[in-house]
Amino acid sequence: MKNDSVKPKTNKKSTIKRILKMLIEFFPVLIPVTAVCIIFSAIVSVIPALFTQKIYEIIGNPDNFGKWDYVFDKILPLIIWLICVYLLSLLSITTYTQLMAYITHRFLHKTRRKMFDGMQNLPIKYFDTHKHGDIMSHYTNDLDTLRELVANAMPTLLQSCVIVVGVLSVMIYYSIWMTLIVLCGVFVMMLVSKKIGGGSAKYFVRQQKSIGQAEGFVQEMMNGQKVVKVFNHEKESEEDFEKINEQLFQDSRRAHAYANVLGPIIMNIGNILYVIVAVCGGLFILLNAKNVSLSGMAFNISIVVPFMNMTKQFTGNVNQVSQQINIIVMGLAGAQRIFELMDQEPEVDDGYVTLVNAEIDENGNITETKKRTGKWAWKHPHHDGTLTYTQLKGDVRLVGVDFSYTEGKQILHDVSVYAEPGQKVAFVGATGAGKTTITNLINCFYNIEDGKIRYDGININKIKKDDLRRSLGIVLQETNLFTGTVMENIRYGRLDATDEECIEAAKLSGADDFITRLPEGYETQLSNNGANLSQGQRQLIAIARAAVADPPVMILDEATSSIDTRTEAIVQKGMDRLMEGRTVFVIAHRLSTVKNSDVIMVLDKGRIIERGDHNKLIAEKGTYYQLYTGAFELE
Amino acid sequence: MVKKLAKSVREYKFLSILTLIFIIGEVIIEVFIPFITAYMVERVKDGADINEIIKIGSFLAVMACVSLACGGIAGFTCAKASAGFAKNLRKDVFHKIQTYTFENIDKFSSASLVTRMTTDVANVQMSYMMLIRTAIRCPLMLVFAIVMAYVMGGFLATAFVVVVPFLGFGLYLIGRKAMPAFRGVFKKYDKLNESIEENVRGIRVVKGFSREEYEKQKFEVAADDIRKDFTKAERIVALNSPLMQICMYFNMVFIMFVGSKMTVLGQHGVDIGQMSAMLTYGMQILISLMMLSMIYVILTMSTESAKRICEVLNEEPAICNPENPVTDVSDGSIKFENVSFKYSASAKRFALSNINLEIPSGSTVGIIGGTGVSKTSLVQLIPRLYDVTEGSVKVAGKDVREYDIESLRSAVAMVLQKNLLFSGTIKENLRWGNAGATDEEIIQACKLAQADEFIQSFPDKYDTKIEQGGTNVSGGQKQRLCIARALLKKPRILILDDSTSAVDTKTDALIRAGFKEYIPETTKIIIAQRIASVEDADIIIVMDNGGITAIGKHDELLKTSHIYREVYEQQVQGGAEDEE
Repeated sequence: MKNDSVKPKTNKKSTIKRILKMLIEFFPVLIPVTAVCIIFSAIVSVIPALFTQKIYEIIGNPDNFGKWDYVFDKILPLIIWLICVYLLSLLSITTYTQLMAYITHRFLHKTRRKMFDGMQNLPIKYFDTHKHGDIMSHYTNDLDTLRELVANAMPTLLQSCVIVVGVLSVMIYYSIWMTLIVLCGVFVMMLVSKKIGGGSAKYFVRQQKSIGQAEGFVQEMMNGQKVVKVFNHEKESEEDFEKINEQLFQDSRRAHAYANVLGPIIMNIGNILYVIVAVCGGLFILLNAKNVSLSGMAFNISIVVPFMNMTKQFTGNVNQVSQQINIIVMGLAGAQRIFELMDQEPEVDDGYVTLVNAEIDENGNITETKKRTGKWAWKHPHHDGTLTYTQLKGDVRLVGVDFSYTEGKQILHDVSVYAEPGQKVAFVGATGAGKTTITNLINCFYNIEDGKIRYDGININKIKKDDLRRSLGIVLQETNLFTGTVMENIRYGRLDATDEECIEAAKLSGADDFITRLPEGYETQLSNNGANLSQGQRQLIAIARAAVADPPVMILDEATSSIDTRTEAIVQKGMDRLMEGRTVFVIAHRLSTVKNSDVIMVLDKGRIIERGDHNKLIAEKGTYYQLYTGAFELE
Repeated sequence: MVKKLAKSVREYKFLSILTLIFIIGEVIIEVFIPFITAYMVERVKDGADINEIIKIGSFLAVMACVSLACGGIAGFTCAKASAGFAKNLRKDVFHKIQTYTFENIDKFSSASLVTRMTTDVANVQMSYMMLIRTAIRCPLMLVFAIVMAYVMGGFLATAFVVVVPFLGFGLYLIGRKAMPAFRGVFKKYDKLNESIEENVRGIRVVKGFSREEYEKQKFEVAADDIRKDFTKAERIVALNSPLMQICMYFNMVFIMFVGSKMTVLGQHGVDIGQMSAMLTYGMQILISLMMLSMIYVILTMSTESAKRICEVLNEEPAICNPENPVTDVSDGSIKFENVSFKYSASAKRFALSNINLEIPSGSTVGIIGGTGVSKTSLVQLIPRLYDVTEGSVKVAGKDVREYDIESLRSAVAMVLQKNLLFSGTIKENLRWGNAGATDEEIIQACKLAQADEFIQSFPDKYDTKIEQGGTNVSGGQKQRLCIARALLKKPRILILDDSTSAVDTKTDALIRAGFKEYIPETTKIIIAQRIASVEDADIIIVMDNGGITAIGKHDELLKTSHIYREVYEQQVQGGAEDEE
């Protein structure tokens, strides 16, 4: 289902660049401040080695043995310096950790908002061609990995790199020979972490895949658990699960084994290096080897001891970096997917004709007004700067419309539909005949390929999408309710509707009856898409929601399919009242729903094969007649 | 809870213990390395010869290698043990769900079960790994390092007496403040993601009503709220790092200062080597403490996951096999005696109340009624998918609660209203009914369900792949496949719960005619919306609001039941007037 036509995968470098760019864009001051703090604290953590070396030198001098007062005077300033450096370091650490906490969540928040806002502007096509689970995982998994990247990996990386460079310079300052030994060790460490870290990343990706597989399987089985029970099929599904579970186990085991082993290996290479440095240091002293260094100091114990500590520090930081490899690989992959979502082309809206409240006098003159009058007009600005108003009547015409979702697979062929204001137009046909597609075109969810669609004589491409859709009420077969009260859900149709208006709409659509019988009436909380209601009840609320919007044109796509015929007959009166005076497009499976339409269009494979009212179509004895008498099956 | 989960470790117990042993080995060596290094430094100062230094050096190198081996092996075994534990856990949860009855299944949404088996298990796996890898390592390290510090440093080690409790208390305070904050924010975070999902699912509604801006604003408010909470919680945790630094720095200054004095004055035999070792131990101690607090945080965070998994494991199936069950269902007669039923003990309303009904073996029964009048509830009692609340349901003269559940359900085939096909070929799907069915039997069942014809029209015929959820066959085809699947069980009782709603009337009639001819012995219960589907049944039951309002044959009901008549007139109106 994934869209294959997206541009070639962007590479890692540009992803990093983009993340950095976003960070700096969002926090033009804070990011440099934080970076400075991190760098500063890293540098500071190198400095103590200088002081300790001096102190060791003083107390290591046999001449000074026993002369504490003399030594005290000498080391006191050093210790005070040390304390000062530490205080500065504390300050910078506290600042940057607090700043990072702030920045991380603000960054995630902004990214999340950017994703969501961008997503709201995407065309329906995006949602039709991407699995909902995949879209969701951008908000959950991908954002989580991005968070790890920004909050942990990036500061650690910066800090470790600075420390490594800092320690390295101090080392060179003391002794180049010893530094070379350390560098050799580090080279080995890097080789090892590249190898193992790469393996770990590889298996983590595989693990992700098998998690996806397990998830898919479990999802299918959980959905069909009742079928499993009815067929005593428990044993078999356990066996199937066993295989998938085993695969996941293998991948997970390998991924974690690589990751786990990396730490001890790097650390112990560090230990060995530590020993080698100690031994070599000792040997150099014993052999009185000539030291080569920036400081020009000779080998002695006061160099070797801090050197050993620096080795620890050095390798510790290399270890830190190696531990980030996984996070970085996964974080970049997550960021890439997030950017893919952000980079989707938004829905194009070139419309300039808007919908306004109107007052219409006896002569048919239209004036624009702010308040709700129940009358609407299209405000049409022209090139010459003049404005014309056209009354919204609900006259919808499709002329010779061709359409296809994917190139080469044409869904609609030369479809023409004329719906005069107040008419009820029904579409009948098998699944895939193109009924829903026609309504998708009327509200501009998709753009037509050929032909025209005119709304009150205006080309719908010229109408602003929001205004166009505001003038159309849709009720879909698959009802989607939102978390909130029943009242809030009905009000979704028109946000400024009063409680009374909502209840009125519910009465009109026949939903009031069951709503008042709910434990908390209109204040009943709905969650999980109204899981506590039956499908039919959900449809009734959806109809009420459309009713409160009071649109001049309505589209009912299988809106009453889950309401049984008897209830439908009861609701029918309300529905009739609802449809009165409006142009209505009805798609229904049940012919009893469409029978009283002004025009019925029978669709077959994207073509209108019959049109006319019920009596005319029955008299024609064509497809509609066969459907009506049950000789054909409708899906 | 821990006990419950620990049961799933099973064969990985050995590996887990092995991990612990290797980690202990690693820790011991790690603690000794600075000790010996200090010794070596001392020897160098005292003018030891090259051989001795090389000897000590190689000894140290060997130790590091052993430590590497221990750490490596432990990393390996621990990955395997925890992945294995997770595998067993998933398996146990899955198996447990298989024992669930409908009542249990209703309690959990399928999405929540999926999360429990994936995300939650992954969280527990991570905690387990953390636990066997570091939970022993850190305290051990802490103890060893403190002991070694005392042995070596003597008085210098008093630094730790101050620092360790200070750090411990600080970490405790931070943890205590941060945990509730995080817990609160995670709940909100889940809610936010749910609302995103709602938005994605309902995007047609959002766009249809032009509510994009409204949704954006709603999202902004919720997301910003979460950002604030998150930042607050995170800022508390961020104090960990400066706290750690303070302790480290204090330690450093203390050792440098006091150590210098003792070295110069020659007290307690302190020297530079020891000072250096003390610094190393100091780091080890502080890092162990830090890790301990991290373990605490991770463990508490995964408690929620563990709880959710335990909920599934602790849920007891509501229906169990009786002792000495009857395994033979001798015929297809059904009897309801004063049956009342509600979905849960706490429900106020009875879904069915006081039902009395007798259905002779081999008869055809039609059930008709509006939505929500408990038609499905009634038939679900027959294969004991739910247990009655009062009264009893008898099949072949025996209470359903006396039968072995598996035998009962293979004798009572039910085509559910929400019927489902699984990914796999058509043949594989059909074999759900009877794993050992021959090709001939399958074709025969499909012919009876009027499915053979369209299956033969597929290029791969019976080997056609069905996609997940059966999206590549039409609704009517799916229903007929489901009927065929049920027929393969060769049941005594066949229940069709609104299973031909998408099938045209002609085919529907053919299916019913087939039933009459080929499976006359089987009791057939048909729930339908269409009068045509039930009008020739032996018994027609009209239901309304949890009860039976009328029973009889078509002609009788037309006279006696106004509901039946109403529905009939509505459906036949127009259609019947025109010539058939």
